[in-house]
Amino acid sequence: MKHEEKHISSYSSLAIILVVLLSLTAVSVWVTGFHFGSLAVVIALVIASIKVRTVITYFMHLKFESRIMKLMVTGVFGLYALVIIITFVDYYFR
Amino acid sequence: MSVPTNHEEHIDSETGKLGMWIFLFTELWLFGGLFLVYAIFRAKYSADFHTGAAELNAFIGTVNTVVLLVSSMTVAMALTAVQKGDRRLALFLVFLTLVLAAVFMVNKYFEWAHKFEYNLFPGSEVLKNLPRGELLFFGLYYMMTGLHALHVIIGMILLSVNIVKIRSGAVNSERYLMLENSALYWHLVDLIWIFLFPLLYLIT
Amino acid sequence: MSLSGSEKQVSYLEYQGKHKGIWGWLLSTDHKRIGLLYLYAVIVFFFVAAFLGLLMRIELIAPGRTIMGPQTYNGLFTIHGIIMVFVIVIPGLAAVFGNFFLPILIGARDVAFPKLNLFSWYLYMTGAILGVLSQFIGGGAPDTGWTFYVPYSVESSTNVIWALTAAFILGFSSILTGLNFIVTIHRMRAPGMKWMRMPLFPWALYATAWIQVLATPIVGITLLMVIAERVLNIGFFDPALGGDPVLFQHLFWIYSHPAVYIMILPAMGVVTEIFPTFSQKPVFGYGAIVLSSLAIAFVGYFVWGHHMFTSGMSYNARWFFSFLTFIVAIPSAIKVFNWISTMYGGSIDMKPPLLYAISFIFLFMIGGFTGLVLGSLATNVQTHDTAFVVAHFHYIIFGGMGFAFFAGIHYWLPKMYGRMYNNKVANIAWVLNFTGFNLLYFPLFIIGLQGMPRRSYDYLPQFESGHVLSTVGAFILISGLILMVYNLVAGARRGPVAPANPWKGVTLEWQIPSPPPHENFDEIPEITSKPYLFGSNTDTK
Repeated sequence: MKHEEKHISSYSSLAIILVVLLSLTAVSVWVTGFHFGSLAVVIALVIASIKVRTVITYFMHLKFESRIMKLMVTGVFGLYALVIIITFVDYYFR
Repeated sequence: MSVPTNHEEHIDSETGKLGMWIFLFTELWLFGGLFLVYAIFRAKYSADFHTGAAELNAFIGTVNTVVLLVSSMTVAMALTAVQKGDRRLALFLVFLTLVLAAVFMVNKYFEWAHKFEYNLFPGSEVLKNLPRGELLFFGLYYMMTGLHALHVIIGMILLSVNIVKIRSGAVNSERYLMLENSALYWHLVDLIWIFLFPLLYLIT
Repeated sequence: MSLSGSEKQVSYLEYQGKHKGIWGWLLSTDHKRIGLLYLYAVIVFFFVAAFLGLLMRIELIAPGRTIMGPQTYNGLFTIHGIIMVFVIVIPGLAAVFGNFFLPILIGARDVAFPKLNLFSWYLYMTGAILGVLSQFIGGGAPDTGWTFYVPYSVESSTNVIWALTAAFILGFSSILTGLNFIVTIHRMRAPGMKWMRMPLFPWALYATAWIQVLATPIVGITLLMVIAERVLNIGFFDPALGGDPVLFQHLFWIYSHPAVYIMILPAMGVVTEIFPTFSQKPVFGYGAIVLSSLAIAFVGYFVWGHHMFTSGMSYNARWFFSFLTFIVAIPSAIKVFNWISTMYGGSIDMKPPLLYAISFIFLFMIGGFTGLVLGSLATNVQTHDTAFVVAHFHYIIFGGMGFAFFAGIHYWLPKMYGRMYNNKVANIAWVLNFTGFNLLYFPLFIIGLQGMPRRSYDYLPQFESGHVLSTVGAFILISGLILMVYNLVAGARRGPVAPANPWKGVTLEWQIPSPPPHENFDEIPEITSKPYLFGSNTDTK
């Protein structure tokens, strides 16, 4: 089995990421106290997206993977977003 | 004659990892279908979705979110431990992840049981008499958290397998693809929940 | 340049590994054996579904009841569609020729995950058998059409859940195969085989695999939602419960449109291998073929609404989807241009593979043009749900993917079995197939335009002559298919021994013995040039 120069995440870096994620969770819960109306969904999704991005980048180690892997992840999420948007072209304009 | 062959038992780790990432893409799109349905009906019935979300227990939801986030950290740390050759710590961390997963499932059980007590389940009389948007909200709630819970169980099985393999030394600092891939799967379970939590619990 | 001597390895057909006899096949993780397992399954299920189609054609030869009642007819077109779409056309080319030849074409010994590959086949067989079983148990054969539209798929008392489960399992098989191929292409290319040195069939399989992997899960969850509607009354698609039946159509076609590109991209890949070989000339516009394959896969995700123009979608959705549908035709047209240009000025050898490949272009183009008729909003209102649609998709799928499959089997059979079929019989079968095919489907365009509905057991008398022609065509086609398969089977079993390179091809599969040795190559080749180099580089060995 060949030895590649593998990046190993340190325990402290992982713990820091957890703190970041918990903070973002706290923010998203706190924010529901306010009445943002339809903006609430947007804010919730933005915070959730930041958390997801953090998990993928650090916990799932994508930051240290190949460029093509990063491209794939971006492509997969991007294509999905497009499909949702196009579906709304029907529903929004009915 | 030994001609190098692909029919060996150990798959190259970069290859195996790429395979798991692609499998995770399929899982994202599987849940993606449900998120699409959610999006459409949320847009159509935003008031009813608010009411529906208020019925859910945001406290348990938050606890479960914290539980899964911590479990993501513990499984990532377990991978670090294996990579550094620290077998005992790795076992402890994987076990801890498993325990947290079990906590999640127990919480979910209580949540669902509580709803069933109030006859709030798909096909029930109570649900049929709710405003349509609320009815759909609960349909989505059950289907999305149900499918998610199924994936938690699969993740727990994978984690258990890893405990066995770390103990036996099959997973070690030279060969840890099994743990790495199981950890990736576990992070996906966390990812789905990160989206589910605000969309189901926090939109009040 | 021969890349392996047959003294060193036995052929994959004779190889005796861990398991003996039939288990050496049923438990084999050799991509070549798995390819044959798929091939035999595809042939059997194809004839089952074709026979069901023939029964439909017999029923339709005259108005009114001919040999069956309406419920039986509805069950027939449903299972004909389910088998043809999910068991034959979606998996077919990739699972048979992709499995067999992808590793060889990229200079690998096997796919990335050989055991997963075998598992895919078992999933495939489970789904296929479950689909057939759904005909015979309990509530009876599903009668919803292969598209399972709500509300009827929720209300029908037939075995819908069995059929949905079968489709789900088949989808899972497709996902795992796609996953396997993506990783194989990324990780297992021979040294020196850069992306732009890869032959075009692997490129086609790569584009296809991404569709398999991303689109299939959507139909998976959608089928589960229909089950949830039937069992739990979940309400997503039920207007009485606040749901929207059109949402089902969106979800269904978000997969099923890209699915047709799963069907056609490998077919295009196969003919792209055949044209250079039988013109003894490099492919014209290698880069354009690569880009157009990726473009078809990508843009194909954005046109699904063209199946729903009359369903009640917003005006903006309708023109958007129509516009994108016209756009997605462009990369296909580019390929046709490239294929013709490949042949132009080449040294043409009109063997059966080329004959089928050329007829593929002809039939695919008729399908393609009529697709534009369907894709245009105004004409769609007239043609939606008529026999015109039936003719269109049979030209594209059967004339396209089907004829490409026939081209592929005639091309690669000597490599797979080390034996050759009878050329003359193959040509006769082609005449029957081509004539029968056009006679079967072309009249359906005409009566479709005149108003003949699809999925309809009975019809007005003015459509009868079209139907008679069509049914006659069906019989001619079936006899051609039987003759073709007989010729191929006889050739594979007792035909004259074929050389390693009967067609003077230049891709890697022709540089190894026929049939290939167990591990494909003695030594993994080093690739130093782009593919399709003819002339002085061609080795006659």
